[in-house]
Amino acid sequence: MGVPRFWREIPNRYNLIGTKCKNCNKVFFPPRYICPNCRRVGKLEPYKLKGRGKIYSYTITYVPSNGFEDQVPYVLAIVELEDGPKITTQVTDCDPNDIKIGDEVEIVFRRMGEEGEEGVIYYGYKARKI
Amino acid sequence: MREVAIIGVGLTKFGELWDVSFRQMIVEAGAQAIEDANVDGKQIDAMYVGNMSAGQFIRQEHVASLIADHAGLVPIPCTRVEGACASGGLALRQAFIAVASGIHDIVVAAGIEKMTDILTEQTTEALATAADQEWEAQIGATFPGLYALMARRHMYEYGTTEEQMAMVAVKNHHNACFNPCAQYHMKITVEDVLNSAPVTYPLKLLDCSPITDGAACVILAPAEKARRFTDTPILIAGSGQASDTISLHDRPTLTGIRATTEAARVAYKMAGVGPRDIDLAEVHDCFTIAEIMAIEDLGFCKKGEGGRVTEQGETALGGRIPINTSGGLKGKGHPVGATGIAQAVEIVQQLRGEAGKRQVEGAEIGLTHNVGGTGGTAVVHIFKRGD
Repeated sequence: MGVPRFWREIPNRYNLIGTKCKNCNKVFFPPRYICPNCRRVGKLEPYKLKGRGKIYSYTITYVPSNGFEDQVPYVLAIVELEDGPKITTQVTDCDPNDIKIGDEVEIVFRRMGEEGEEGVIYYGYKARKI
Repeated sequence: MREVAIIGVGLTKFGELWDVSFRQMIVEAGAQAIEDANVDGKQIDAMYVGNMSAGQFIRQEHVASLIADHAGLVPIPCTRVEGACASGGLALRQAFIAVASGIHDIVVAAGIEKMTDILTEQTTEALATAADQEWEAQIGATFPGLYALMARRHMYEYGTTEEQMAMVAVKNHHNACFNPCAQYHMKITVEDVLNSAPVTYPLKLLDCSPITDGAACVILAPAEKARRFTDTPILIAGSGQASDTISLHDRPTLTGIRATTEAARVAYKMAGVGPRDIDLAEVHDCFTIAEIMAIEDLGFCKKGEGGRVTEQGETALGGRIPINTSGGLKGKGHPVGATGIAQAVEIVQQLRGEAGKRQVEGAEIGLTHNVGGTGGTAVVHIFKRGD
């Protein structure tokens, strides 16, 4: 991924900043630029998510995509956050066989990967069981 | 709106075709279809080509021009249509709309993907671009991983088992043995699937469709002119397309594909039929769980019962509603852009009674179901005998 493409999303990836529609109160993460429910009458503003939720579904990945080779096997999950949205995230600091749907998790700041020895180091969010 | 019929079909062998190029494949499928339809190249008015990603697979964009050129069809309008793995289905729909509207008469709908000219890891990465790059792929989600998230939730909500998913692969490999164009002519057992290498729990290697080269082609004409070309025109009775969020996590449920349900609703309504009227269907089994969800979303069984009806043989050849008689994406192979057209080729052959050992006796109405990504796009077509 190009540097600007990552850099412009740092607030969202580091601090879990999404958007909230002032019209319908729905929270979006990743951020949206128009409320899909209210469209023109919606008004979106930045919103920091609390970062707690429950595992909605998960998978244990053995064959990774490029850049994730040194992390296998890793748990990838969809987490349903208390603020409303569901997000795709890895689950860190866990025994992959000890994950269940419904497990409570919190979102933590983690190193995600890097572009070679001299490239950008990506940071972002992962989930951790409480 | 005019009634539209398919008057000719063509299909290359599916597989790892190292000795055949992109342009050779499309010409082969096209020539077969033109021969089958008994049309002259000069009669063709336009062409739509489904292709997901020649740019990534063979570093060639602008394939519409390349194809019109090498098919000898210059200067007719040729348009590439892209909707990830649903590209072929979308090309068929665009061709259908073009003929139905009266803008064109004889239109070619083709699909092609050349996937084995690059390394497997590169192909896998290219396929993953059908998902949200920034909020799924960059997090570590693979394409099988996203379907695994659906599978795990389906197991949780409905008790679907890994064995039932395996039975989808076993059935589709069995059917592929009767299809000369299929990538695999190799029967497998439930144990083979369960013991194959873990890819992303609960999916194993044999739950996943393969990487495939292939091309497919159908030729459309207004129904009132179809009999000039063929004694067995097959009508496109219904066409539906729908979209959904690109990311899986933005959907209210993971146990079905909303775009499928919506596309099917539109197609059934247009055709004036319901799920019970369908004699056979080609559904998008990119992963075994995808077939289980598809037969539920298309209304062939209740939500949550897809695994059970598969286990009971209702979707096998000779069963209540044979699914993926061609071998499906799993057994026939999945050249992503070609798949939607190849599905139509199978249904046309079945409705004509030309499907050989995999023939569904007395088939009158068939359905195709093609999905892009994890369900951000779905397209459903319904076909009827036109005689």
